[in-house]
Amino acid sequence: MTIKIERPVLKWHENLYFPAIWGGIKVTSRHFWKTVGNWISGKKYGMITSTGRVTMEYPEEKWAVPNEYRGAPTLVKDPDGRIKCVACQLCEFVCPPRAITITPEPIPGQLPNATVEKWPKEFEIDMLRCIYCGLCEEVCPEEAIFLLKDYSFVGESREELVHNKERLLELGGMRQDKIYKWKNK
Amino acid sequence: MIADAKSTSTPMVNLTINDRPLSVPQGTNLIEAAAKLGIHVPHYCYHPKLTVVGNCRMCLIEMGTPQIEPDKKSVLKPDGPPEITWMPRPQIACATLVSEGMAVRTHSKMVEECRKGVMEFLLINHPLDCPICDQAGECRLQEYSVDYGTGGSRFVERKVKRPKKVELGPRVTLDDERCILCSRCVRFCQEVAKDDVLGFTDRGGHTTLGCYPGKKLENNYSLNTVDICPVGALTSSDFRFQMRVWFLKEARSVCTSCATGCNITVGSREGVVYRYTPRQNDAVNSTWMCDAGRLNYAWINDPRRLTRPLKNGQSAEWSDALPDARHLLREAGMKGQLAIVASGRASTEELFLVRQMAALFPAAAVDIVGRTGGHDQILVSADKNPNTSGAKLLGLATGKLAEIKKGIESGRIKTLFVQGENLEKAGFEAGLLAKLDALVVLDILPSPTTQMATWVLPGAAHVEKNGTFINGRGRLQRFLPSFSVKGHAHEDWYILKELLPEAEHTQYHSFHSVFEAMVRETPALAGVAWEGVGDQGTPLDLKL
Repeated sequence: MTIKIERPVLKWHENLYFPAIWGGIKVTSRHFWKTVGNWISGKKYGMITSTGRVTMEYPEEKWAVPNEYRGAPTLVKDPDGRIKCVACQLCEFVCPPRAITITPEPIPGQLPNATVEKWPKEFEIDMLRCIYCGLCEEVCPEEAIFLLKDYSFVGESREELVHNKERLLELGGMRQDKIYKWKNK
Repeated sequence: MIADAKSTSTPMVNLTINDRPLSVPQGTNLIEAAAKLGIHVPHYCYHPKLTVVGNCRMCLIEMGTPQIEPDKKSVLKPDGPPEITWMPRPQIACATLVSEGMAVRTHSKMVEECRKGVMEFLLINHPLDCPICDQAGECRLQEYSVDYGTGGSRFVERKVKRPKKVELGPRVTLDDERCILCSRCVRFCQEVAKDDVLGFTDRGGHTTLGCYPGKKLENNYSLNTVDICPVGALTSSDFRFQMRVWFLKEARSVCTSCATGCNITVGSREGVVYRYTPRQNDAVNSTWMCDAGRLNYAWINDPRRLTRPLKNGQSAEWSDALPDARHLLREAGMKGQLAIVASGRASTEELFLVRQMAALFPAAAVDIVGRTGGHDQILVSADKNPNTSGAKLLGLATGKLAEIKKGIESGRIKTLFVQGENLEKAGFEAGLLAKLDALVVLDILPSPTTQMATWVLPGAAHVEKNGTFINGRGRLQRFLPSFSVKGHAHEDWYILKELLPEAEHTQYHSFHSVFEAMVRETPALAGVAWEGVGDQGTPLDLKL
């Protein structure tokens, strides 16, 4: 069904556009004088940077992101140095843009954590695909994946922005572990 | 299945399940009877193809019988139905057979409480292995935990430790901590595989599944124990940690390893086959398949797969390949110098097109390459071609292979068309093939024969196309594709119809048109429709 919307019929003074332009100038000058006033009195408010300026010299200067911020996903190790990921692939399954690719592998028998039996042979997160939604962190049954506050990654090629296992572990570092679920297996 | 044993001699029994009336043959157990109404009674140890032992206690139900007066008449309620005397304690549905007038409650409050109790006991010593367990996603313990489990555990003692990662045999890995002692695997080995090697040792919470000392679970049916294990205790060493089951796309197919044609489900992800599992077909393979057939899939994932036409080993284009190959075959056919080696591994539709080719060019001789091997009394057939019957039906299994060989030796045969066969294994040495003027090979993997070929035309594996096989007992069974053809390869029916003389091309515009033409021109297939073949196949009246 089509809904027909009538165009408003403009009056002669509205057709001149001057009233609309004057309205815009009023809003702009109100903000201008308010900012000048704040600058003179040294008052800081809202999103103005520490220097009191509205603009920010990125990337030398960066936003202080809130604690709840969801940045880049990373892999972590426990205090014993064990990679916490057991390659269950739930994050790969839940990932909405399919940024995660895991290749699972049995842990070779001679390693100290061989009782865990399984770990990722390769773990890749394509940061060009990642939408920073945090579902991977939420779904992980092993608390092996954490989102950092980092949000800006630069690379010269697409391959460089696919984070592999080493890069993810390097970013994630070590986390405290309350349970040590696999220790007494 | 017991419930399916409908014969005129079996009297029917009337009963009600959850107040719904039902009539089933005498001798049916309550799990099967409830299934007829679409009611699922949770169970672990019961399996329709194995004897009933009733040791998991998960299938508890509430049952009652009609009250009988001294004059043997039922006591009726004021509104009509008979008064029921309910048994005070629950019964197991798997070992309780139907009886006249019986009343059953499968989901009453008492039953649900009992199942919750059973689940709590089963989970006491069960490890929290789900993230690394291959069964996760198709695990009965997980499913029933959702239905009847509690969120937390009341168990404060230490869990019993049992052996993990035990290699029961070359193909099966056991995790004893996950075992819930249902004994399905033990019964399977005794009753179906006739290789009684599994058993329980120790008592109570320490009961452990294992092989008898000095024996291994290494029979050719060992991987069926992995299928029937309701939890992740028995896992396939081949599939272990390869892929989580929820990623697998499943397609209904047929095993290609012998003429039995076991019905299978192919599990694949993104063009890679990860496993075959048997699919129930009581007329063919029940719910089983052999290990050899099950593990025969690696060739599909082979990185050497042919994905482009090759001319004398060099990559070429289809636009050159098809007309040129067709020209070679036609020229040789007209001079009577053409022979065709077809394959018992090709689908019936492809063999039909090969027969068209042999008739139209015409070919001096056609035959398939026979394959025989060991067989057993359970499933494995001595004929290792999945479609020998199809080739026989279409008159392609002529036994003229030796004649073709002699023809090449004497120079009478100058051009050979080979469909998916490595002729070296059939006794055609490289020197012999070198005598040919032209060799056109339709195949999916490189072989000594493709290396000698003038033209190599890359085809599709059975998991990449539609088709039918006729098994050793004359049952027409269809297989469906899991994923599309690799690279620039084509489905075989397309290549074969393109090789036919130009006038024949237009009538075969799709796979289904080939199937229909085959049915039309083959009297033994009269009345067969693609949909009608279904997932269970259709028996043919063949006089081979």
